Amino acid sequence: MTFKAKTTTALAALIALGAGAASAQEIRFMCYSDGNECEVYDDVLTRFEADNPGVDVVVDVVPYQAILENLPVQLAAGSGPDMAKVTDLGGLAPYYLDLAPHVDRDYWEASFGDTLAWYRGAEGGDAINGMHSQLTITGAFVNATLFEQAGVEVPGSDATWEDWAEASRAVAEATQTPFPMAIDRTGHRFAGPAISYGAAIVAEDGTPTLSDEGFAAFTAQFVEWNNDGTMARDVWAGQGGATYQDAAQEFINGELVFYYSGSWQVGRMDEQVGDLFDWQVVGSPCGPAGACSGMPGGAGIVGFNATEHPEIVAAVIDFLAQEDIYAEVTARTRNLPAHLGVAEAGVEFEGASPAAAAALSAFAADLSDVAPSAFRYQGYANNRAMFGITAERVSQAIVGELSVEEAVARMATDLEAALADTQ
Amino acid sequence: MARPWDFLTATRGGARLHWTDWASYGYLCLGVFLMFFPVVWLVLSSFKTEADLQRYPPTFLPYEQQTVTVAGHDEPLPLFRITGGEHEGMILAQLRRVGLQAQMIDPADPEERLSVAISDYERLERFTLATENYAELFGRFDFLLYFWNSTFITVMATLIMLLTNSMAAFALSKYQFRGRTAVLLLVIGTLMIPQTVVLVPLFLIVSELGMFNSLWGVIIPGAATPTGVFLLRQYMLTIPDEILDAARMDKASEWKIYWRIILPLSAPAIAVLAILAIMWRWNDFLWPLIVLTQSENFTLQLALNSFQGELQTQWSSLLAMTVLTLLPIALVFMFLQKYIATGIASTGGK
Amino acid sequence: MAQRGAGDGLALRVIAPVMRVVEIPMIGLQRVLGINRLAWVFLLPNLLLFGLFAFLPVILNVAYATTGGANVLLEARPQIGLDNFERLLDCANHLDPNTCREDKFWRAVWNTLWFVTLQVGIMVGFSLLTAIVLNGKIRARGFFRSVFFFPVLLSPVVVALIWKWMLQRNGVLNAFLDWAGIGGYNWLVDANWAFAWSVFLSVWAHMGFYTLILLAGLQAIPRDVYEAATMDRASPWRVFRRITLPLLAPTMLVVLVLALIKGVQTFDEVYAFTGGGPGTATTFIIQYIYEEGFAGSPRLFGLSAAASLLVAAVLVVLTLVQLWVNRKNVNG
Repeated sequence: MTFKAKTTTALAALIALGAGAASAQEIRFMCYSDGNECEVYDDVLTRFEADNPGVDVVVDVVPYQAILENLPVQLAAGSGPDMAKVTDLGGLAPYYLDLAPHVDRDYWEASFGDTLAWYRGAEGGDAINGMHSQLTITGAFVNATLFEQAGVEVPGSDATWEDWAEASRAVAEATQTPFPMAIDRTGHRFAGPAISYGAAIVAEDGTPTLSDEGFAAFTAQFVEWNNDGTMARDVWAGQGGATYQDAAQEFINGELVFYYSGSWQVGRMDEQVGDLFDWQVVGSPCGPAGACSGMPGGAGIVGFNATEHPEIVAAVIDFLAQEDIYAEVTARTRNLPAHLGVAEAGVEFEGASPAAAAALSAFAADLSDVAPSAFRYQGYANNRAMFGITAERVSQAIVGELSVEEAVARMATDLEAALADTQ
Repeated sequence: MARPWDFLTATRGGARLHWTDWASYGYLCLGVFLMFFPVVWLVLSSFKTEADLQRYPPTFLPYEQQTVTVAGHDEPLPLFRITGGEHEGMILAQLRRVGLQAQMIDPADPEERLSVAISDYERLERFTLATENYAELFGRFDFLLYFWNSTFITVMATLIMLLTNSMAAFALSKYQFRGRTAVLLLVIGTLMIPQTVVLVPLFLIVSELGMFNSLWGVIIPGAATPTGVFLLRQYMLTIPDEILDAARMDKASEWKIYWRIILPLSAPAIAVLAILAIMWRWNDFLWPLIVLTQSENFTLQLALNSFQGELQTQWSSLLAMTVLTLLPIALVFMFLQKYIATGIASTGGK
Repeated sequence: MAQRGAGDGLALRVIAPVMRVVEIPMIGLQRVLGINRLAWVFLLPNLLLFGLFAFLPVILNVAYATTGGANVLLEARPQIGLDNFERLLDCANHLDPNTCREDKFWRAVWNTLWFVTLQVGIMVGFSLLTAIVLNGKIRARGFFRSVFFFPVLLSPVVVALIWKWMLQRNGVLNAFLDWAGIGGYNWLVDANWAFAWSVFLSVWAHMGFYTLILLAGLQAIPRDVYEAATMDRASPWRVFRRITLPLLAPTMLVVLVLALIKGVQTFDEVYAFTGGGPGTATTFIIQYIYEEGFAGSPRLFGLSAAASLLVAAVLVVLTLVQLWVNRKNVNG
């Protein structure tokens, strides 16, 4: 059986890759795409392969589900790939390959600064565990045409969530648009406004909480908005568990006035809205507490310590981290750069319309408003658990299975249990 | 052949189409509609452009906006027929739409800009199949390789399953031996545990056996399905023991009895099981996703899903992808459906 | 008996030599073991597969159920005895999930119970009706038979996608209702409707399989039984009650046992359909197990394994009860 298995695998590999499969130094890169990321990586890595004969970097494009659900189990069983593009930055930290012995620490620290900490997980320390390949920030898109039509003034940059809710409702009413507002269904998107409402989420000493006054306040407000029709109920109430759900389609169709999502949607809006209406990015509204925070996020490329070729993996990632390559990939994939040098020099986004370019700059400018606790949350090792708990319990409050108080209480006990279980 | 309904209608004497027949045909036609319409709708939808998919109310057939290229504009402009207002009856190209008003031009006279209320026009469109939904999918990956992987897994797993299950069912239905009930209970017991709940232990076992990232890691665990043993055994019980005894008198070996008598006589049940097995393995997603991580081993289902990102899904590619995975199953169904129709039915009564 | 087409002949030509080669050692084994012990040889390949890929995982699950933490590797997990079971069963009032420590588990339990009751009842009812109609004097019977079987071949994800596409806010069903003047509805945002549609979708996808089994059962009923009834001028309903149902009882038993087990295990299609929502309205027990142990964060393999054992235990008991009740019925 084993023999047979090997021959068939080899056979299949031969068919797939021609002669390259037998390469002694094959690096497996597990990648997922939101747009064209994996294609672009595959393309620039052929240059790396040309410079390093004998090295073959195979980009395995997998569904995001495989990265999120299966990769951790594979890593724990010691059968993971050599490197991967991941989003659970802190949670997988124990498996990361420390690149520090193989790369120029000064360059990396100067280029990636604070994002390096996101990859260190609960351990902390000063390891260089991964390269933040795409920086995202949450923020709102608005349908400017609908505002114009309704004769409602677009609220200014210091407008609060309540101002926006009021304006969006007025616009929706005047233009007979079905939905005034929507927020993507994930705990990550929820965190920005919650912080603006005064939630600590991850305190300075690293203590997490999902049940302080600020968090409860925004939960109550959000549930109320869902029930009075301000928020598109479909998004949070149409799903169960921690399932992700966006409202981009509704926005693109012109059925939604105000859509709280993030910078990764720019490419899609640019492509699909066309000249149906004017849209613009307005960043994150403010809360009663005065903060106007969004949530940073994104994905990064990491190596795994179980690899047989640590130097090569490190060299591949270091290659991708070089300023010129990083700038090229950023431009081609239309992402915000996390590389400080690239960010400073500015990125010429390839083929982006003026609206998209303006949107990306608006998002980049909004980074300065991001609260320190939002950065801490993004780097917190257990943030996946907290995102899940938020989405699940808040939804239950919206559909009426739990009262807001019960939901907040459940979030507290859920978080406590999750922390106890991961110890 | 026994037909209770025949009997029921026959008592009513003579009348050719009784109301019960009408009711039967009515019920069956409703069934055809309910079973097929959603699938037909899916297939038609998969040929619509993303914009067409978002129309409400939806059209039955896929349409595409007609466009015209006008000097001075790089992109082709969409055409509309004006149904009201001062430009009624004209066919105009839209420059852009601003809220409830559209800026339009007459293709014949592109200089003058006209303003039309959007309630006064309708899209000019023609029937077009949006084959780009499919072309885009094919462009993304090596279709033949993944098709081969899927076929290999499906065929091998089905063969292994049919062979081992029929052997086991033979033993459990035609032999008296100590421990038979225990084995039978164990088989039924495994029915109680779906694969979904043992994913982690199963993954560890498969890894230990060195079948991770190998097609056999999908094939072999997939063959261990209790439903087959259960169904085949129930069927084999109906085969009279006298046939076996007669064969034994003729000094046929037990193995010969198994493959020359039991297997052919169980053909209808085996055909049904084969259809189910093909369908299970072909449609598998969760388990291959865990076992196969290298793209040269991907099945069609994995490859088609590989562009499902974290943050975006698009109906147009999702629908096209679904139709592509559905197609081979539909073909298998068309070829094997005579077994469904005649197989079980014609032999069940004997 | 079975009609052989050209395809069978070809298959036979390929299979026959293989079977003949296998026959040589089998005859030897038959001499050594005797006929009845040869049964184990027939069982061996299947038992090997089952042992490795069905029983061993369950045994490992038992081991997982008594351990805690979030580590995947069994040897690295701390023993915590029956804590996982206690955590699952800890309730002030088992009828009100809000009073339970693992409220999601109990919501899933009650949802599953409701779902199975409705789904099995409706599905077996419609399967029986369809089988009886198909068993009648029908033109194009082969066509109709396979039509009802067709959805069985679709993968759960496809089934979910098809109906999601039909039922979405801007979907074809709402367009039809709008046209008919009834007005559309946002089906999957309403807990009761989402649940009802889940039942419908599950019946739609699986009833063909049970129709097939029941049809085979109907055709196994000897014709003379009905002829005797004709003599007595019995009403159709009486014939159905007194002849068809009792004679169909063994087949019904198989159908009910299978439908019940599969019903409790409902997961993929509803998960892809509603994600278990709105809220937890369509979250069933296998989804709970999957999310706790595999998809969620942190992954509570222990808790998930414990829940899976509880489900298996309940299923075993239910099946035994069904068999026992039916044995009485058939004999009486």
